[in-house]
Amino acid sequence: MSFTNHRKMQLYGALLLLPAAVLLTTFAYLPTVTTVINSLFLPGFRGAPTEFVGLENYQVLFDDPTFWKVARNNLIYAVGTIPTSIALALGMALFVNGKLRGRGFVRMAYFTPTILPMIAAANIWMFFYAPQIGLFNKLLGMLGFSGVNWLGDPNLALSSVIVMSVWKEAGFFMIFYLAALQSMPPELKEAADLEGTSRWSFFWRVTFPLLMPTTLFVLINALINSVRVVDHLFILTKGGPNNATNLLLYYVYENAFSFFDRTTAATITVVILLVLAVVATLKFTILDRRTHYQ
Amino acid sequence: MRARIPFALSALTAGLLSAGQAAANDPTVLTMYYPVAVGGALTDVVDGLVEEFETEYPDIDVEAIYAGNYDDTRVRAMSAMEAGETPQLSVMFSIDLYELIEQNAIVAFDDLVETDEEREWLDGFYPGLMENGQLDGKTYGIPFQRSTIVLFWNKDAFEAAGLDPETPPENWQEMAEMAATVREASNGEQWGVMVPSTGYPYWMFQAFAFQNGHRLMSEDGTEVYFDDPAAVEALEYWVSLATEHNAMPDGTIEWGTLRQNFLEESTAMMWHTTGNLTAVRSEANFDFGVAMLPMKTQRGSPTGGGNFYIFEDTTEEEQRAAMTFIRWMTAPERAAAWSIETGYMGVSPAAYETDALQGYVEEFPPAAVARDQLEHGTAELSTYQGGRIRRALDNAVQAALTGQMTAQEALSQAQQEADSVLRRYAR
Repeated sequence: MSFTNHRKMQLYGALLLLPAAVLLTTFAYLPTVTTVINSLFLPGFRGAPTEFVGLENYQVLFDDPTFWKVARNNLIYAVGTIPTSIALALGMALFVNGKLRGRGFVRMAYFTPTILPMIAAANIWMFFYAPQIGLFNKLLGMLGFSGVNWLGDPNLALSSVIVMSVWKEAGFFMIFYLAALQSMPPELKEAADLEGTSRWSFFWRVTFPLLMPTTLFVLINALINSVRVVDHLFILTKGGPNNATNLLLYYVYENAFSFFDRTTAATITVVILLVLAVVATLKFTILDRRTHYQ
Repeated sequence: MRARIPFALSALTAGLLSAGQAAANDPTVLTMYYPVAVGGALTDVVDGLVEEFETEYPDIDVEAIYAGNYDDTRVRAMSAMEAGETPQLSVMFSIDLYELIEQNAIVAFDDLVETDEEREWLDGFYPGLMENGQLDGKTYGIPFQRSTIVLFWNKDAFEAAGLDPETPPENWQEMAEMAATVREASNGEQWGVMVPSTGYPYWMFQAFAFQNGHRLMSEDGTEVYFDDPAAVEALEYWVSLATEHNAMPDGTIEWGTLRQNFLEESTAMMWHTTGNLTAVRSEANFDFGVAMLPMKTQRGSPTGGGNFYIFEDTTEEEQRAAMTFIRWMTAPERAAAWSIETGYMGVSPAAYETDALQGYVEEFPPAAVARDQLEHGTAELSTYQGGRIRRALDNAVQAALTGQMTAQEALSQAQQEADSVLRRYAR
């Protein structure tokens, strides 16, 4: 009896896992395996059969200066967006967590960019950035400065894309910080007040450490987002001028669908996967151990 | 039990029969993807046309799906094909031809036409518009939303700068001078000319090169000639509009916002597809004109825009129905209406002979510029591995315009890149 019960429980557990297993296999594991396989083959030219070439595609990719430029762009993009949007999010969350008039309105205002679809946001920003008729240059003009070509100058284009991304992301991350702040026990603050702790040291000694799990979560999300950028590049720059704003995922898209070069697209995808896997491992082994969970 | 079997059988047979009958009465369903590259309410125009067609041909059901710009549409159609949901027909970039053929995706119209009337229809289009749709003597693409690049100029701005408002620039030198004059006369408030350099930079560059007597690619799409001295000179001229003549802003100029720039009078001239004509006409608060592009050694503009294609992986019945639809859509009256509503050109001489378009051109002469320019037209840049080749040229143009490289360096690099990509196609 207990044996069959045990078996039943096992079956029950397996059935509970089944939907997730099916979904993950279909949409994550199988495509990953196919991608890895694709990256090892070279499709035949004009109907010739596919040929196994081993790591040659990787060799070709690493010899491609555009790939390195795009990778470098993506690194700059990550460094430009992640810390800034997290710091901004924390700042905004602390601000709207306090007692202030019209708090609901301010919270909503901060969150607005998040609910805008990416493409819509990019379209709005395209008209902010437009050299002659755009909002930014009109404002600069009022102050007596001549405008700049935000998206058309290769030295500025990537920064312009970064600014828009920070605008878009900070509000989203703020929500997580706000939730964490709201769930913090008020006794801590009361105790600190009794001890006469300054606001500053309370933040650094108590609030910030308690927010670490949230920060970690946000950090991972920000990191994922920084390699997931593709939609606003369509609208804003198409990766130009001269690849100045081309990022990894957009480059994958370009290879796969503009150039019909599935092999290169698969190869870059595998490289991205590997890099993200390394980052995830670091996260779980080093950062996680240093994080204080309540 | 025994009695039941015949009953079940007969029920089954009846079911099968009625299913067969239903299939016979069901309309042929066609799926079509189409792009819009100029903004505006063109989707409404297409929907209206499709509805009209369906009333006229109740046995054909067309599902027209707006799929974004030209690149997006190609992606949509190709991924649908890969997923086994091949559309029967689509409007796609006229220069997608090589890619579509390489993927064995499309059928030649020559193999579909049966009657003399259909053959006549196939021969009825402007030859200049057929160039991008033909390969090895066969026609794979039927012109639909086709354009050339034209010069829009603001007559009020010309007048304010002391230029003759009725005289657009004839050649490169005049364009640079007039543009600089406008810039000076407006005290730097207004630019003289803008040529878009995002979106389709290779297209604009092709116009410059062709005006300098140079064609960028071979007939069979296996070779390109980007670093020819004539091409370098063309790019140098484009760059000089900003650097030497101070007539065009630095950096790249955005395809998508350029029309707005022109409408807000921040530039006195713009190069743009004629597909914008109707929108500019309805929104401009000033007097404007449309002219053929200026020349260096000859006039010239590449054609552009979208063609109809019929897909391979469909039944013969569907292919016939698709052709019926395409014939209907490109018939002179429809081509005329489409041209009036958008600014795209009427695709056949017969379209310009209709009362509607004749009247329209009389009342609004700019509507005929794109067609007249066709005489000086050239096929749009189209090669094997077209996406990569165009991208290489786009990058070169942008690198030169943003001052990262000289025209010579940029084009040599693009040539190298293109040569290595096209190496395996050279026969």
